[in-house]
Amino acid sequence: MKQFRHKDIIALKDLTREEIELLIETAENMREINSREIKKVPTLRGKTIINLFYEASTRTRTSFEIAGKRLSADTVNITPSASSATKGETLADTALNLLAMKPDIIVMRHAVSGSHYFLSKKLPNCSIINAGDGTHEHPSQGLLDMLTMKDRFGRLDGLKVAIIGDITHSRVARSDIQGLTKLGSHVFVAGPPTMIPPEVERLGNVTACATMKEALTDADVIIMLRIQQERQGKTLMPNTREYSRYFGLNPENLKFAKPDAMVMHPGPINRGVEMSSYVVDGAQSHILKQVENGVAVRMAMLYHVCGGELE
Amino acid sequence: MNLLIKGGRVIDPSQKIDATLDVLVEKGLVKELGKGLAAPAGCEVLDATGKYVVPGLIDMHVHLRDPGLEYKEDIVSGTRAAAAGGFTSVCCMPNTRPVIDNKAIASYIINKAKSEGFCNVFPVGTITYGMNGERMSEMGELKEAGCVAVSDDGKPVSSPELMRRSLQYAHGMGIMVISHAEELSLVGEGVMNEGFTSTEIGLKGIPRVAEDIATARDVLLAEYTAAPLHVAHVSTSGSVRIIREAKARGVKVTCETAPHYFTLTDDAVRGYNTNAKMNPPLREAADVVAIKEGLRDGTIDCIATDHAPHHLDEKDVEFDAALNGIVGLETSLPLSLKLVEEGVLTVEQLIRKMSCNPAAILGLNRGSLKVGNIADITLIDPAVEWSVEADKLESKSKNSPFLGWQVKGKAAATVLAGKVVKP
Repeated sequence: MKQFRHKDIIALKDLTREEIELLIETAENMREINSREIKKVPTLRGKTIINLFYEASTRTRTSFEIAGKRLSADTVNITPSASSATKGETLADTALNLLAMKPDIIVMRHAVSGSHYFLSKKLPNCSIINAGDGTHEHPSQGLLDMLTMKDRFGRLDGLKVAIIGDITHSRVARSDIQGLTKLGSHVFVAGPPTMIPPEVERLGNVTACATMKEALTDADVIIMLRIQQERQGKTLMPNTREYSRYFGLNPENLKFAKPDAMVMHPGPINRGVEMSSYVVDGAQSHILKQVENGVAVRMAMLYHVCGGELE
Repeated sequence: MNLLIKGGRVIDPSQKIDATLDVLVEKGLVKELGKGLAAPAGCEVLDATGKYVVPGLIDMHVHLRDPGLEYKEDIVSGTRAAAAGGFTSVCCMPNTRPVIDNKAIASYIINKAKSEGFCNVFPVGTITYGMNGERMSEMGELKEAGCVAVSDDGKPVSSPELMRRSLQYAHGMGIMVISHAEELSLVGEGVMNEGFTSTEIGLKGIPRVAEDIATARDVLLAEYTAAPLHVAHVSTSGSVRIIREAKARGVKVTCETAPHYFTLTDDAVRGYNTNAKMNPPLREAADVVAIKEGLRDGTIDCIATDHAPHHLDEKDVEFDAALNGIVGLETSLPLSLKLVEEGVLTVEQLIRKMSCNPAAILGLNRGSLKVGNIADITLIDPAVEWSVEADKLESKSKNSPFLGWQVKGKAAATVLAGKVVKP
């Protein structure tokens, strides 16, 4: 019987290899529920989950909501435009007010790195799940990426994983790097030097590559990160055209990777920028599989912070 | 009122004295230094056995938040904290509300400190009117009103042209310009030092070159205009190198650092500790080494605290939302004495950096125990061990990264113009 010992899931950095494996294993089991005709089990009946999203999100919020509902929890969504945030209420006060309504879990997305630790200290009796904090971590994305790779290879140990794009500002990259290197993969990162953070190789078994080709060569997995003209366009790159030319994934440079390499993307995709549509919709794309696994991974996270056990 | 300070180790770098001596004070002035001095009739006697007796410590960089931000600190609480920390004089920065860009505000501060304060307060006026970075403030009148320097501390004077003219103009008025060296376009949305820690914990980074480039610019402007310049809160190895080279060329530049820059690295930010958030941000181990070397070789002239009180509500928030700065007046002395223990500085050098040099740079009539001087004196117990606790700090604000630290060394007494201050 394996049990998860943390109140919160905020960062994969805080979890051991065994704890990450437990979450992935539980997610594998949860998939059976998602394939049933009646996709609902009573596991979290009577539990209240608040989805508190200070940043826009469709995929992650919906995925967490569905995950909660499939486990029979009561889920409530709060988005900042409809909440007190616009009236100047502090995160601490919002949290205390929510706490008075006795939720069991708060799933939060917030623009400030580390804000979940702040929230957790304020709410010692409520579980906090991080659905993305600033440029820090996005643990459910990291876990679903790992589950998707495990589906394909049956293991994570020894895989060569290339992550291409704005590593500095990517919470997905940080969670992937933390999780993957704990589970034995070797991560190769590439992007314009303006998007590679200082001393990135010290994060784990990470190699910073000078070119995209170097990162792609013989890769088992390629994770492409989203690039937005609005965010990175100001000083980090000339424009999306040039970015695409040197750091976009297309059928030609995909050939540097292993023939059966899997291609992933956390979404939403800018078609024609970081990835050509031929790759997005091609045979090696596992992007929709990632989304599907997202629900199972989030069910596992909700289940374990509520004290669930794996037999 | 007379005072005899007996049996202490008198360390006065201004007279090259380091000996066990008695200090006799009469009518607020140093009357005599000598061995076995007899107490005149009715004279108060202070036993200083085992203590250092030094020229009153001067912190040339504090924020007293008065007027306008008294919920953080005011002149009474801030000078009480200063006296508790061993300081007999502080220079308060002008980013109050309103800012110190006119005689009325400067006079208000000086008068309130005289009537209600626990140490001398020398205000620093703004470089630019309204601290807007657009046109010079009336530096002549500010000096006449009692300001000892001008600075837009908290933000840089972004325009090189305005900085150039301010250096020239201030030089003509005989008032020192203190530079807050920061290139804002390089800071961007950064909230901590850019380095491995920021990479790992995902906070936006402030590169060291944001400080270096501004230090270099202001040093070059000082060199070009032949005007004196003082650089505030030096935190990077690059700034130390730039200032060291400038001094060697004969540029009239001086600088200060703060205890947190030689005590902590950006590792202190881990856990998203908002009490480790300040500007400039805590740097890396190599910078700490460079700061200590700068102190040792004389590149860094002064230790100043950048005492920056903030209310709990301004620190007990998400990291990005937290305000910059920490309180420092009551922890400066033990943290600085550690430099002596580590062999970075001699006690004599330390007292220079905490008293004689700030007095000389700003032209204060302080920093010396010469006969006839104003008797501002600090008694230091270098051996006493104590723990830094929020409820024991005199400051209104408790935003210190050193809470819970065990430290060694404390002010045993501060004497202000011959009177023992009892905060």
